[in-house]
Amino acid sequence: MRKTLIIISFVLIGSITQAQQKNLRVSIEVDGVCMMCKKRIEKAALNTQGVKFASWDVKTHQLSLIIDERKTSVKVIKKNIAAVGHDTKEIKATQDAYNSVNPCCKYRDKKTVENHGKGHGH
Amino acid sequence: MKKIFFSILVLISSLASGQQMLKGMIMDQSFPEGNQGVEGASVFWLYTNIGTTTNEKGWFNIPYKKEYRKLVISYIGYKTDTLEISNTATIHHFLTPDNELDELVLKSKKEATQKSFLKTINTFTVNSEELLKAACCNLAESFETNPSIDVHFSDALTGTRQIQMLGLKSPYLMISQENIPSIRGAAQVFGLTFTPGTWVESIQVTKGAGSVINGYESISGQINAELVKPFTDKKFFLNTYGSLGGRLELNTHVNTKVSEKWETGFYIHGNQRRAKFDRNNDGFLDFPLTNQINLMNRWQFTDAQKGWVSFINLRYMDDSKQTGQVNYNPDTDRLPTNIALNGNEKWGGEIDTKRLDASAKLGYVFPKLPFQSFGFQLAFSDHQQHSYFGPRIYDIKHQSIYSNLLFNSIINNTRNKFTTGVTLTSDRYDELVEFDHYRRTENSIGAFFEYAFDNSENFSFTAGLRIDSHNLLGTFVTPRFHFRYVPWEKATLRLSAGQGRKSANIFAENQQLFSSTRQIHLLSSGGKIYGLDPEVAWNYGISYLQGFRLFEEKGNITLDFYRTHFQNQVVVDWENPRQIAFYNLNGESYANSFQVEVNYGLLQNLDIRLAYKHYTIEIDYNSGKLSKPLVPNDRFFANMGYQTKKNSNNAQWKFDLTYNWIGGQRLPNTATNPIQYQLPQNSKSYSLLNTQITKVFSEKFEMYLGGENLTNMRQKNPILASENPFSDYFDSTIIYAPIFGRMFYSGLRFKIN
Repeated sequence: MRKTLIIISFVLIGSITQAQQKNLRVSIEVDGVCMMCKKRIEKAALNTQGVKFASWDVKTHQLSLIIDERKTSVKVIKKNIAAVGHDTKEIKATQDAYNSVNPCCKYRDKKTVENHGKGHGH
Repeated sequence: MKKIFFSILVLISSLASGQQMLKGMIMDQSFPEGNQGVEGASVFWLYTNIGTTTNEKGWFNIPYKKEYRKLVISYIGYKTDTLEISNTATIHHFLTPDNELDELVLKSKKEATQKSFLKTINTFTVNSEELLKAACCNLAESFETNPSIDVHFSDALTGTRQIQMLGLKSPYLMISQENIPSIRGAAQVFGLTFTPGTWVESIQVTKGAGSVINGYESISGQINAELVKPFTDKKFFLNTYGSLGGRLELNTHVNTKVSEKWETGFYIHGNQRRAKFDRNNDGFLDFPLTNQINLMNRWQFTDAQKGWVSFINLRYMDDSKQTGQVNYNPDTDRLPTNIALNGNEKWGGEIDTKRLDASAKLGYVFPKLPFQSFGFQLAFSDHQQHSYFGPRIYDIKHQSIYSNLLFNSIINNTRNKFTTGVTLTSDRYDELVEFDHYRRTENSIGAFFEYAFDNSENFSFTAGLRIDSHNLLGTFVTPRFHFRYVPWEKATLRLSAGQGRKSANIFAENQQLFSSTRQIHLLSSGGKIYGLDPEVAWNYGISYLQGFRLFEEKGNITLDFYRTHFQNQVVVDWENPRQIAFYNLNGESYANSFQVEVNYGLLQNLDIRLAYKHYTIEIDYNSGKLSKPLVPNDRFFANMGYQTKKNSNNAQWKFDLTYNWIGGQRLPNTATNPIQYQLPQNSKSYSLLNTQITKVFSEKFEMYLGGENLTNMRQKNPILASENPFSDYFDSTIIYAPIFGRMFYSGLRFKIN
């Protein structure tokens, strides 16, 4: 039992001391409309070296991230997300990238967004 | 600093344009005392681009317009809240932490049986709603509406239900309670009847190889029962059950909050059967007389903010059964052992079991890293069974210690997860088999690592490996592999392969042998367990699940094929009616299982489940290759459930009907018996029909009425030589159909939340 406690405290201490740089929690706003967007945004985020955890909220448009600051930065992630067609405040997707998303994901189009708002689910 | 600057900027710009502002403070519910604000929470108006984040004191300032109604506040690790805003009054809002502990609670509100399209391992969950479809009474009877698990009777005297999966009996399954292997060793035959049905919250059934996390013992599958938990169970629950078969059951749950973080629950179960039945007039009780008291006390500790959860469980069970001839009185008729018979004796038996269980679990989810956690399980059990069956005595004591420490985390990102840990077990067995004592101690230590990859699109796999060092089984490696692929929409293809091994508790697993005059032949080969070797088998499986939509209603179809191939098996040979023989497999032994299952919602409230199963199970006996006795090659299953719409009071009707067709079964060879004690080579096929009607009056109260075996199907002569139980031909082990015919029951459930 004592041994177990020692192991447990080691694991704990280890994670705490390193938490500052290795596990940074950030939240950024990414434009999108549906569950397909969610998949695409999270995939682009996770494909970025140094991103450990990514979860995009359809309702709030918030992308919650846990990243290793030593390996990546928010800017890089935003770039990668823009590359698959999704806007952030700082970096907008090029028209080409935006055109590549599925028609139902055209978040710049007011009608599409309104349709989703009416409960047109994905 | 940047944020302050930003806020000031926002402030200035809004002032300049004369815009109205909304001010507020966001706080953390986990630290309400200090009223500390949450820094960096994002605050914005829904459906707009207008947003801000909170400063280091938790304050925010956001432009306000009348059109803006919904203010969204989000922060990682906390639940996202949407507030209705109608004026610029200053807001004080507490965020609630959101972590996996809460998620577990939400999961239970789904379909009664969930087939997962997403999990790598072929697992389905049976939740409490499905469990209520067969109201009676314990874990053994929880599988009646489930086509993947077959229920059969162990013998004609105790009427004990045993379960099979992929054509293999429960010893080849790992049956755990809250992931602690529990129904094993001495508890193998009766263990399922020692967990009352109302204690079961949900059951997870894994076909095939399973995971390496909880040990090496499972061969054809894993069944895990989650028990009700003090935090989520009803404050008070009462259930009574009575059947025309003389069975009475009473269940009471009381759950109370002790402090903010501790809750405790008391669960009391009693069952009794005093009425004697002998419908087939063979002089023997159709059911044993029973008496069981079962008590459990659970303590649950939850600190969701800090990520700790813990359970402490204590259980005590005392079960007694009396079987045999109707007029047998254990006080006066019990035979002294080894006495010359005069022909006037009565045949009877008693089985008394006392069991004590104590277990503790501790889990920790790293609050800032939702993907990282560790868990520790420690369990102790003491199982004592004293029994006699006519002139034969069987006693078993089994003490067991199980502990498992595990750690979950990721490699690089959440697409690569792993679980690793260490397992320690110790089992002490002490048996008295008629005149022979068998004692053994098994100790093992093992380490495991399981890696899971998921490309979050169409492909995932899990690869697990464990290495165990065991004083009797040796040092060995257990690999298990699962693969999942989505070839097209609504489809999932799964492959699995894995090894398992166990020591065979030959007497505990085949206790029905004592209810016969069969002589025990133990053909020792010098192995370490009763002179026999451990059982080792590979299991391979392929499963295809396709969802579909027909006439606007959802459905799914599953096709699966599994093969279990034994490298060694302890063969249980019933083929000589005078004896039962145990020996190491010499040759081949395999079990193939094919199943097709369709689930479909025919109308809005009408669900249908159909299944067909085909088994091919062959074993090389010393007398030659034969199919396994008492297992039907073919089975057909149909279940229909209908629910009326809930009215405002949540009142509704529920109807459930289950049909089983059981094909012919090969019977053990009785050709050398006198003609009157010979059985045909194969049994005839038969059908069973069960039904249940539940009337829900309100959320608090419901009643149910059911009928089992409505077609009154019975095995004609379940006991060979029942008129002369002390003769060489007495045998109650050849059971292929129900003994008791049609039976009705009713009961009620009362709950206060």
